[in-house]
Amino acid sequence: MTRDAILVSIRDALGRGPLGAEARDLVSEHIRRHARNLVPDRGNVDADTKVALFSRQIQETHATLEYVATTDDVPGAITRYLSGKNLPAKVVLAPALAKLPWNEQPLLETKVGATRGEDAVAVTGAFAAIAETGTLLLTSGAESPQTLHLLPEHHVVVVRRDQVVGSMEDCWDRLRAQGPLPRTAMFVSGPSSTADIELTHYLGAHGPRRLHVIVVDR
Amino acid sequence: MIPTSRQFKENAGRALKDTELQKALFRVDKNFTERRARAVKNLPEFESLRDQGVAIKNHVLDHLDHYLEVFAENVERAGGQVHWCSTAEDARRMVLDLCRSVNARSVTKGKTMIGEEISLNPYLAAQGIEPVETDLGEYIIQLADEPPSHIIGPAIHKTKEQVSDLFLEHHRRYGKTKRLTEGEELVGEAREILRPRYLAADVGITGANFLIAETGSSVIVTNEGNGDLTQTLPKMHIVLASLEKIVPTLEDAATLIRLLARSATGQQMSVYTTVSTGPRRPGDPDGPGQYHVVLLDNGRSKLLGSAFRDILRCIRCGACFNHCPVYASVGGHAYGWVYSGPMGSVLTPAIVGIAEAHHLPNASTFCGRCQDVCPMRIPLPSMMRHWREEAFAQDACTWRERMAIRGWAWLARRPRSYRQVARLVASYLAWRGRPTGRIADLAFARGWTATRDLPAPAGRTFLDLWRERGRT
Ligand code: SF4
Repeated sequence: MTRDAILVSIRDALGRGPLGAEARDLVSEHIRRHARNLVPDRGNVDADTKVALFSRQIQETHATLEYVATTDDVPGAITRYLSGKNLPAKVVLAPALAKLPWNEQPLLETKVGATRGEDAVAVTGAFAAIAETGTLLLTSGAESPQTLHLLPEHHVVVVRRDQVVGSMEDCWDRLRAQGPLPRTAMFVSGPSSTADIELTHYLGAHGPRRLHVIVVDR
Repeated sequence: MIPTSRQFKENAGRALKDTELQKALFRVDKNFTERRARAVKNLPEFESLRDQGVAIKNHVLDHLDHYLEVFAENVERAGGQVHWCSTAEDARRMVLDLCRSVNARSVTKGKTMIGEEISLNPYLAAQGIEPVETDLGEYIIQLADEPPSHIIGPAIHKTKEQVSDLFLEHHRRYGKTKRLTEGEELVGEAREILRPRYLAADVGITGANFLIAETGSSVIVTNEGNGDLTQTLPKMHIVLASLEKIVPTLEDAATLIRLLARSATGQQMSVYTTVSTGPRRPGDPDGPGQYHVVLLDNGRSKLLGSAFRDILRCIRCGACFNHCPVYASVGGHAYGWVYSGPMGSVLTPAIVGIAEAHHLPNASTFCGRCQDVCPMRIPLPSMMRHWREEAFAQDACTWRERMAIRGWAWLARRPRSYRQVARLVASYLAWRGRPTGRIADLAFARGWTATRDLPAPAGRTFLDLWRERGRT
């Protein structure tokens, strides 16, 4: 079997046979403990500073950001965002956000679920946000279709303050607490971009052209 | 891709005369190096992270067999499959079999260097399966039918005008007949043309920046989001990766991710860093139904026990390319294979053989910048030196090079003769250089004098001057 041939070739090169039980245990223990390596100090700050740091840094990546007081304010913020950008009053929602008071925005047309690219604006939640680098963590699942994070031209992400963590390592802890990893865990820092033509930066290569973040206080 | 590294000198000569290429290379040098320097300065822990990154990879390489087994187990636990392939041919055939199993007619591809290494596109095309590159740079060079010239920016050698021409020529069949001149428009048109291709593809093929043993996941890092569309929309996702991409845990991946984007493009984080684990889950409204990892050796396991083992720590950030004076002069195509720059000068001979690639380890001034910026502290210059020795030992250099090296070795071991010869040469050159102090043409150094004058030496050797000043 090719698998065995490759393993034997590796062991030959390393000048040893298969790892002994003790060595195997050590290595397995490394995985089980999954200890943190050095985590930069920058994200190691109090909760308010984390939110401020996240907000500042994600805006440096060409995303836009606003604060609202409660999740009930999100539908109003979406209406304002759409009219500010001269977009039709129509959005596709992640199931996780379906329970917000959308009916308070009578002119806003909403649908819920995955997309095949027919929708211009998606509104989704996030799993977490990282202060250290100004990054969102979006996970796929029944409540958060991955296609919403990628296909629409505009992606609006709703993040609660308590979802803002210091580092990527904090995200791993929260993910592990949930059980096995979701199919995708996508870290997003800004709208899709490319520098493949003469190293000039252009937005909107294949993913969303605009990324708007709404931070909810409570 | 069939290597043409033997023609490095001819390739390089042509590259030096290509003014468009020279402009493009100037941009690389300026952009990437400044951005990296800024990013490194903004992270006080950067040097310590480098040390840890090196330690992680060394630990993996020491226990690679075990980590690969753990990785494979966890891929299967998550509902995916791992296919072990020894050679490029095995890997190509495996990808083809997988594509055929779902009657694939077209596949979308995220950027994968392994795909280039095994020449996947022509192979699939010959079997009636259309490969569509989706990374803008890869798409451009696919239209131009060229190999990548840089591992991070495959099309950085192309000017905007050249891209305009390519798009006009190839997008005509989609009814696009206007020649676009703005970068914004070109990006928009590529987006418009590629979007339906993503949706129509039966299989999506991506590379992997990392494979995580703990969770059986693959990680891709992009700015465009093309890799994510590629691995989300089709019914099958195939990950093409080589053995050494393994890291033990999510925490270890985090450390390397911090090094990767900063070293590559000077970003803190690329726009998208995605961890994929297995196929679509019950209840998931989207995502591929199948997840396969094609795991390629292609000579890497043998490297583990060789003097070139450290190159297996490489995370393909491209920093060594961006800081290399040779790369900056000749660009990626001159190297004649998939990997160029200092990293290619070490890896290419290992994969295609030193007989084919013996020029590459010589394509270095040994200035050491590559090693200085390599986040994985890979001793690139000393490995190139090692390849030079190997080339000599294996008779891979030309008769003239051999004689020159022999002659030098003879002389260097005989101080008295050495001094005499040095004295002779120095005074001869000084005489040749009169009265300007420059030599316009020299028989044994035409490589130099063909394009510039050689400054003449002072006429006396250093040792003579030293003695004269009484400093014996
Ligand atoms: S050798 Fe080092 S600098 Fe060059 S691509 Fe690999 S990791 Fe980056």
